[in-house]
Amino acid sequence: MTQKPEVRAEAARLQAFFAASGAQVVDADILQPAETLLDLYGEDIRARAYVTNDPLRGEQMLRPDFTVPVVQMHMDSGASPARYVYSGEVFRRQEEDTDRATEFFQVGYEIFDGANPAASDAEVFALFQEVLSPLGLRAATGDIGILKAAVEGLATSEARRAALLRHIWRPHRFRTLLDRFGGRTPVASSRAKLLKNLEDTEAQDLIKDAGRVIGLRRPSEIIARLETLQEDAKEPNLSETEVELLETIMRLRETAPNVLEALRDIAIDLPSISNAVGQLSARLDALAELGVDVDSLDFETSYGRSTMEYYDGFVFGFYVHGRPDLPPVATGGRYDALTQVLGQGKSIPAVGGVVRPGLTWKMREGAL
Amino acid sequence: MSDAATLKLGVPSKGRLMEKTFDWFGARGVTLRRTGAEREYAGAVEGVDGLELVLLSAGEIPRELAAGRIHLGVTGTDLIREKLAAWEMQVAELAPMGFGHADLVMAVPQCWVDVETLDDLDAVAAQFRKTHGFRLRIATKYHRLVRNFLKDQGVADYQLVDSQGATEGTVKHETAEMVADITSTGDTLRANHLKVLSDGVVHKSQATLLKSRKADWDGGRREILRALETALRTADE
Repeated sequence: MTQKPEVRAEAARLQAFFAASGAQVVDADILQPAETLLDLYGEDIRARAYVTNDPLRGEQMLRPDFTVPVVQMHMDSGASPARYVYSGEVFRRQEEDTDRATEFFQVGYEIFDGANPAASDAEVFALFQEVLSPLGLRAATGDIGILKAAVEGLATSEARRAALLRHIWRPHRFRTLLDRFGGRTPVASSRAKLLKNLEDTEAQDLIKDAGRVIGLRRPSEIIARLETLQEDAKEPNLSETEVELLETIMRLRETAPNVLEALRDIAIDLPSISNAVGQLSARLDALAELGVDVDSLDFETSYGRSTMEYYDGFVFGFYVHGRPDLPPVATGGRYDALTQVLGQGKSIPAVGGVVRPGLTWKMREGAL
Repeated sequence: MSDAATLKLGVPSKGRLMEKTFDWFGARGVTLRRTGAEREYAGAVEGVDGLELVLLSAGEIPRELAAGRIHLGVTGTDLIREKLAAWEMQVAELAPMGFGHADLVMAVPQCWVDVETLDDLDAVAAQFRKTHGFRLRIATKYHRLVRNFLKDQGVADYQLVDSQGATEGTVKHETAEMVADITSTGDTLRANHLKVLSDGVVHKSQATLLKSRKADWDGGRREILRALETALRTADE
């Protein structure tokens, strides 16, 4: 921790850079109510954040990032559009990798502006690229909105589409669901037996015969799900063509213009992605206008799916070449979905990113 | 400083786990026994010179191994994985001992006729959260193991509630919707109207002889370990 004054100075330099583009400087409490974060991220956050206890305020977390407090602050202020910059320490428990920092600086830049999403996306990325350009990093980009739109357009039941959408950020479960809906994995024998039993036994009797009814989940909820299962059993499998289209989309990894071209071809068979593809095209134009070399920009449709929950559109990251052991120097993206959860119905188009001054400083010093 | 370096072997201080551990070592020509009064946690070793018996609560053995205060220890693999982050960097498994079998399992009420697999559980967790406005509660004392398991399996919309005892009763008392608990026969689960998910085995545990990676292995201690390993190997052949 001996380098802290230098990292602090580097953080100030980065913050000044973003502030110069017109962003308002904001700050957030280090202690955040655990409830909000747990509700948002679920149990996984406990593995990543330090939890402490306040006798009056209950469970608190040392802020694992600034996103939640900044979104809340913005929603309370009601001012729109707005641009914010912040700088400070964040705290992350490390359960697997003892070499990863548990306490480090983060400088972030966030735009809340729904007028022109493509332009906002491009503005954030171009600013990060500009401030990081002397470091020779590798940029990765993606767009989770494309997979989302593809799922929304599948010719299947609303329930199945919702199940897939819920697991966009959990590739393993997404795969399992897709295999089941596509008929690639057989119906579990226990499920087949259950459906058979339901043919000649009332759901209520099945429940009664199974054992004493205990717990908060009531028989009415069990019956409702049994009905859902019966409905779902009637649902035809997803067509092989659709599953393959989805797989092709998930595999796309090329320069941005090549991916765009491939997606335009796919959109002919899967028109539901047309808007998302149009959005990608508009973003690339906006990026080119800001001087980003779009022709050589890497684009991966599945980028950020397992690491960036709630990012539901444009996503990006900057990495040190040949150092997969290091965390990304900067990451960011569009997180409209998060503002929707936090805003309880109200949602605000939001895009932003964070950079780690601890890493940029080390690189500038030639220490990496 | 003592005259000669000793190798400390941590063994559960009471109950069947201690007896079985003594039997296991005894069958391999290493005699472990308690000495002194009934309530005094002192022990003696015959068969390997320099090996010292330390009697400890089974739950403390992972921590003592990780701190390097004991060189070897006997405990369940469930406790090692639960209590030690990045356990493989802190301890090494020398030998599974073939007793103390227990499975950490995910169990739901028997009346949940619609739930047999993790896939069902995940769907029900989404339904439950929508209906009740909070995440489905799983009572357990194995937070790390259960959280990692459900993360790997991609199950969402649940929360863990801590339960250090009588976990099976939490569902009836409506402080949790289901449990993740240790079972060897499943009898207690059944008696509490719970059933195990078909793919809900989080971890299969058994008593295991472990070596600390953090302890001081110099001063002749490596030789003592080698002598012990030779004794154990010879008996197994």
